[in-house]
Amino acid sequence: MGILDSKVPSGPLADKWTKHKNEINLVNPANKRNIDIIVVGTGLAGGAAAATLAELGYNVKTFCYQDSPRRAHSIAAQGGINAAKNYQGDGDSPYRLFYDTVKGGDYRSREANVYRLAEESVNIIDQCVAQGVPFAREYGGMLDNRSFGGVLVSRTFYAKGQTGQQLLLGAYSAMNRQINRGKIQAFNRHEMLDIVLVDGKARGIIARDMVTGEIERHGAHAVVLATGGYGNVFYLSTNAMGSNVTAAWRAHRRGAFFANPCFTQIHPTCIPVSGDHQSKLTLMSESLRNDGRIWVPRRLEDAKAIREGKLKPTQLKEEDRDYYLERRYPAFGNLVPRDVASRAAKERCDAGFGVNKTGEAVYLDFSAAIQRYGKEKALTSGLKDPDGETITRLGEEVVEAKYGNLFQMYEKIVDENPYKTPMMIYPAVHYTMGGLWVDYNLQTTIPGCYCAGEANFSDHGANRLGASALMQGLADGYFVLPYTIGDYLSKDIRTGKIATDTEAFDKAEADVRGRLQQLLNARGDKSVDYFHKKLGKIMWDKCGMSRNAEGLKEAIEEIAALRKEFYANVRIPGGMDEMNTELEKAFRVADFLELGELFAKDGLHRKESCGGHFREEYQTEDGEALRDDKNFKYVASWEYKGEPKDAVLHKEDLVFENIELKTRSYK
Amino acid sequence: MKLLLKIWRQQNASSKGKFVDYPISGIEGDMSFLEMLDVLNQQLIDKGEEPVVFDHDCREGICGTCSLQINGEPHGPDRLITTCQLHMRMFKDGDTIVIEPFRAKAFPVIKDLMVDRSAFDRIQQAGGYISVNTSGNTVDANTIPIEKTKADDAFNAAACIGCGACVAACKNASAMLFTSAKVSQFALLPQGRVEATQRVLSMVRQMDLEGFGNCTNTGACEVECPKGISLENIARMNREYLMASVKG
Ligand SMILES: Cc1cc2nc3c(=O)[nH]c(=O)nc-3n(C[C@H](O)[C@H](O)[C@H](O)COP(=O)(O)OP(=O)(O)OC[C@H]3O[C@@H](n4cnc5c(N)ncnc54)[C@H](O)[C@@H]3O)c2cc1C
Ligand code: SF4
Ligand code: FES
Repeated sequence: MGILDSKVPSGPLADKWTKHKNEINLVNPANKRNIDIIVVGTGLAGGAAAATLAELGYNVKTFCYQDSPRRAHSIAAQGGINAAKNYQGDGDSPYRLFYDTVKGGDYRSREANVYRLAEESVNIIDQCVAQGVPFAREYGGMLDNRSFGGVLVSRTFYAKGQTGQQLLLGAYSAMNRQINRGKIQAFNRHEMLDIVLVDGKARGIIARDMVTGEIERHGAHAVVLATGGYGNVFYLSTNAMGSNVTAAWRAHRRGAFFANPCFTQIHPTCIPVSGDHQSKLTLMSESLRNDGRIWVPRRLEDAKAIREGKLKPTQLKEEDRDYYLERRYPAFGNLVPRDVASRAAKERCDAGFGVNKTGEAVYLDFSAAIQRYGKEKALTSGLKDPDGETITRLGEEVVEAKYGNLFQMYEKIVDENPYKTPMMIYPAVHYTMGGLWVDYNLQTTIPGCYCAGEANFSDHGANRLGASALMQGLADGYFVLPYTIGDYLSKDIRTGKIATDTEAFDKAEADVRGRLQQLLNARGDKSVDYFHKKLGKIMWDKCGMSRNAEGLKEAIEEIAALRKEFYANVRIPGGMDEMNTELEKAFRVADFLELGELFAKDGLHRKESCGGHFREEYQTEDGEALRDDKNFKYVASWEYKGEPKDAVLHKEDLVFENIELKTRSYK
Repeated sequence: MKLLLKIWRQQNASSKGKFVDYPISGIEGDMSFLEMLDVLNQQLIDKGEEPVVFDHDCREGICGTCSLQINGEPHGPDRLITTCQLHMRMFKDGDTIVIEPFRAKAFPVIKDLMVDRSAFDRIQQAGGYISVNTSGNTVDANTIPIEKTKADDAFNAAACIGCGACVAACKNASAMLFTSAKVSQFALLPQGRVEATQRVLSMVRQMDLEGFGNCTNTGACEVECPKGISLENIARMNREYLMASVKG
């Protein structure tokens, strides 16, 4: 397939990874001590990779823009992590997890990678428990599970609503152990601004110390990028304020192909926008769909009355409510995959049934669950004939034990009590399936530059299932990358230290300085946020939950024009050689302004609907996504050629040998 | 809402800081405290002035990055939340709000409201981990059953976000609540017992080296902690420390 070689090992699916591990070259322990690796990003993927690489004996330098590795955005993951442990005995297996993930991704991911992920999922839980991660347990002392969207088994492990936090703190503690041993040097509050290539290989990075403003050179035998997703190209998303595409984009500009940029996940259950001041959006975990029922009023006049504050949702009778997911998708009901749930919410709101002031919200209602749990609890606590009040109280207690922190979060933001009145939710940008193209070894198209976690494109196709990003981050970091990278490094044992006083580093540093100076020199009259918000609006309106050719073409033009205006008119107070938060933002937004255009170009070229990519021109009669396997069963991988509009497309054909391509149905 | 903000401005670690008054209007109750500061910063940038620097990232109360002392209280007047979760509906029209960085010798100011909390990382590096290899050759997770109440207590201790509010709240700038939360998490789990002695000794030693003060049991830390980390953890760490000192 042209210049894209996925390097998927031959042989039966279930044997590929074991066989590959047995066949790849190893670096002996004495030589590992002479090899340096840079890991940019200390989230689950980067933190886990850094810890294992250091444990194996390599010298590791980590970089993150926060003040501590513990604060990477993985910390915010709420709901859980999947693993095919089959502890519930409900028929789960690595094959089933593999199948669900490929189907959930709408058949746009690479079979071999996904199978490996499902295989390794089992080890993750063992590993984390050994590290002291306090997962939720049942009374018998065994690990507890819950269900997530798009699957029919219960395989999600969790730690209340703070699963990401607990897993990240596990990886952070593993890193700390290696820092204490002197095997990891952590550069916090350091931002990578470019990757350095020597003779075509990744040999280091240029980073900026965000406290002093100093520009630094760091050399290494290989560079791992684990810098997270680029959802903030939409300005508003559930990502952290600092989440950015810069590391990946800079690598793209130096030769790493960018795959499927338009595959973005819009999460159905987020707290709706409250006003123009909004700086970010807050997710309400998908786990809530285990117990919450989603609805809007059945009649337009009721929706209108609710919007005007004349009617309360609790006053609406059961038959006047439209539980539209249960109606349209009886088999999966409220637990359909995210892309399906999000589009269905948009469809109802566009049709005029939205329930908040702006008409962009639907209800997530726990009253039925509260009653059900209340009755159950009353029975098991031996209460005969409990009154309604008691049942409600008991039910609320059960719901609180399950989701207490989410309910508290909601109440603080919205100022309404979700135990008493249904939550209001609306879809928001959440996750990016696209990212740097990597082969089976997680190597990008730049030799020696690897990419792990959300930053790569590899495992989730056109839509990610809930609780599988944490799984991917940790599988990549703990169990895949530390071994596959050895194959590459085995050829580097005689290279010696990578010097940074060379022409390649001189040039890369001068480039970075030039770009920073260019931004400072604009001395215009608009803040960085002004441009970021404008970009976000174009993206949301024209590249969001549904897209069409006309809108995408407009987006391409508008983003290019905005980029031009940005360089001419941005205003950044302060200088380069000091802490300068506006300069940091400007550098990130500059890269979003390029990525956004490639995003729209990718969306325009993909003339089908699949997963999170819904093209209005390609849908079935009842509004479901219409995939085109004949023409688009490939990874769209873009090569940088100057302006984003000049990017060149390379296709990696996706071969399905173990799964039959079907129309996804959750009915 | 119209407000008067009195904000600590300090160019860098070595310069002297001072309070500067910023009147602000058009603030809505639905805004978060940090969104209110965004509005101020937008105005400052429009005037060509340098924005107020403050730490923040997730803006949903979990990363532990945000860290303001608001009217003398870490994370402001509300309870069990971080600064980024504080909403302006907690204030009234005409209020004066004093905004400072977290104050502690071990948390030097970097710029304006941003402080250096790397001392916390070093305490964790001294022993806040279980020495297990991460290469995947571990036993099946369910071969270590753990009593639910123990697991829940360990989780509650592990919920600490490392924000430093406990230190800022304490008149001695003690880091006992933070350190004891990690010590407790591992002390409560069978996996963590193996290294318990060494862990508590190393972490407490590092805590003292960093220049945090002593604990005099005033309990201000527990009141201000956004994650409800309980004083019981300090009692547990004291027990662990005593036992370890006897042994070690
Ligand atoms: C609110 C929320 C809830 C979620 N819930 C779940 C869930 O329940 N289950 C699930 O499976 N997934 C969930 N996800 C998705 C999942 O959390 C993420 O996809 C995953 O954690 C990403 O991990 P990562 O290691 O790839 O990147 P991140 O954790 O985002 O880490 C990125 C790292 O890169 C660093 N970095 C970035 N750019 C630079 C640069 N230029 N220079 C230096 N450093 C840089 C950052 O400092 C950080 O250390 C959720 C996501 C969100 C936003
Ligand atoms: S104990 Fe509480 S206040 Fe102290 S760092 Fe942890 S979360 Fe913050
Ligand atoms: S910004 Fe993350 S806790 Fe406040």
